[in-house]
Amino acid sequence: MRDRPHPLPRLPRRALLRGAAGSAALFALTAALSGCGTRGARQTGASCVSEDLSGTEKKLTFSNWPQYIDVDDKDGSKRPSLDAFQARTGIQVTYTEDINDNNEFFGKVRPQLSACQSIGRDIIVLSDWMAARVIGLGWVQRLDGARLPNVGRNLLPSLRDRPYDRENVLAIPWQSGLAGLAYNGNVTRPVQTVDELLTRPDLKGRVTALSEMRDTMGLLLQAGGHDPANFTADQFDEALSKLKRAVDGGQIRRFTGNDYAPELAKGDIAACVAWSGDVIQLAAEDERIRFVAPESGAMLYSDNMLVPNRATHRANAEALVDYYYEPAIAAQLAAYVNYICPVQGAQAEMEKIAPELATNPLIFPDQALLARSTAFMPLDEASERAYESKFQQVIGG
Amino acid sequence: MTGVRRRRLLPYLLILPGGLWLVVFFGVPAIQLGATSLYDPAGSLADGYAMTWSFGNYPDALAGYWPHLGRSFGYAALATALALLLGYPLAYVLALRAGRWQNLLLVCVVAPMFTSFLVRTLAWKAILSDGGALVGLLRDLHVLGPDGRLLASPVAVVTSLTYCYLPFMVLPIYASLQRLDRRLLAAAQDLYAGPSQVLRRVMLPLSMPGVVAGTLLTFIPASGDYISAELLGTPKEYMIGNVIDSAFLVRLDYPQGAALSVLLLGAILAMVVGYVRRAGAEEVG
Repeated sequence: MRDRPHPLPRLPRRALLRGAAGSAALFALTAALSGCGTRGARQTGASCVSEDLSGTEKKLTFSNWPQYIDVDDKDGSKRPSLDAFQARTGIQVTYTEDINDNNEFFGKVRPQLSACQSIGRDIIVLSDWMAARVIGLGWVQRLDGARLPNVGRNLLPSLRDRPYDRENVLAIPWQSGLAGLAYNGNVTRPVQTVDELLTRPDLKGRVTALSEMRDTMGLLLQAGGHDPANFTADQFDEALSKLKRAVDGGQIRRFTGNDYAPELAKGDIAACVAWSGDVIQLAAEDERIRFVAPESGAMLYSDNMLVPNRATHRANAEALVDYYYEPAIAAQLAAYVNYICPVQGAQAEMEKIAPELATNPLIFPDQALLARSTAFMPLDEASERAYESKFQQVIGG
Repeated sequence: MTGVRRRRLLPYLLILPGGLWLVVFFGVPAIQLGATSLYDPAGSLADGYAMTWSFGNYPDALAGYWPHLGRSFGYAALATALALLLGYPLAYVLALRAGRWQNLLLVCVVAPMFTSFLVRTLAWKAILSDGGALVGLLRDLHVLGPDGRLLASPVAVVTSLTYCYLPFMVLPIYASLQRLDRRLLAAAQDLYAGPSQVLRRVMLPLSMPGVVAGTLLTFIPASGDYISAELLGTPKEYMIGNVIDSAFLVRLDYPQGAALSVLLLGAILAMVVGYVRRAGAEEVG
């Protein structure tokens, strides 16, 4: 045995058992120590006070989603609209693209914001339902409406007066978009309705839907003749059972985030539930990829700028928010990112820089399209968890 | 005297940095996880969770998600078996037959690990794509039907798991075989053992430590993996890792997510202890 070249890393059995017993005891001990549970994460203006150092610090930290701002065609490190803002105001902006997923980002900042600590960011961009959640938790600073004249003048009416922000001072839309259907005309004939997507035999196994409950279920509710802004639990269950049939029957291949885009472009998936902004970008490469806002209705969502608690540059943030509501700046941004522009007056400015985009209904939707687009109703935490659990059961998470 | 005492203390001092690391980054979170799994499931993030010793969270979690747990272990076992079948011959060639190519081949085995796990998984998406060469070939050979696919199926998930954890199988076996005393193989041949007998009665038993280590290093992370199922599977292939991910990040059901994590931890621990006891006994035999 002495020369045994490579003895099995022997796990001494007794030590192993002792270790197991020990960890069980330790487990019980600390479970007892943390026996009081956790405190609530909700904050109020009184419990969490933020100070504003904008007067002395010309700085701003802005966290956004990837590829969500205009970039110079020749030099990828230059961002024309943001550079112009810095030149005009002298405020140094640290721009990071570190938000990839609402839930993931929420998980990342939850511990700090629950405890009223700074997350080191002055502006974050979150989708409307997540914005509603963090506002409900009291994690967001109120902006001064008087310092946002352009927002007051130019914010699109359909994005005003939202249930979680009646005065438009907590969550200001950065860009907005539609969730609807998309298909790749190279591999399938047009798909016009949600029912076609979920039942047409030639699409079997070549369909994806979004894992964002509000977008997928909103479209299904509309297809069933219900209003996603105001529905009952029974109506939700009815729509969900339709989705479940499509999952069980193998019609739906999987549920996705943004990652459906390359598969749709390749034709691995023929049709899907999709976001308008992604599809416009795909269509720029291949015009047979189409976005469809179904007759039954599409889901309107927005991504919003919020100033979290303990951010120390609120006034600088207000300056930036208001700057992006100047029509000319908004047009410059929309010409690059191709989402629905939340700024009135930008369409006229767009005619000057990119006339072909000024008539695109997916950047500047007409009244008819806006009329059949709606947002999902706000959910409190209990009903959100109930709906989300049911949805996750069906989509497999 | 002091010399003796110092020598006695030395092992503890050496263990201190690693031990502290474990306590802070494994011990404390594990305990917190355990505590969370016993919180009142009626609590919420906004209002906080009360510790109610709700052991009922465990049966509830199990009732909801036992298929995912079973599937995780099934896929992980399959991937481990495949990795062993692929990895053992590879390790054999590397250790005993590669000659001057040995270092180059070793680099080839390890090189994929230099890229991110995510990139490696996404690569399979391209390889198995419906319009890809592989699916085309299999359709032409009528292995797959005209509408058949590899992507978004258990095949894709198990393939990716096997591939991603293969190096963890190969390297320990390689280390075992490399240090094997080759004279024992020659002696076996001198005693009229055929190739299969040499393999079965000499090489395999002597490389068991590597096999045991390799299977553990493959099986344990594979059962907790969720990237492969997320990217290459459908809801029908989702593993327990996907459920835990969604419980913590999407559904915000912390007690249930924690209960499932503890269940996974416990199940793996039980399986590993059982396995090591059996394998260990045979090995010592």
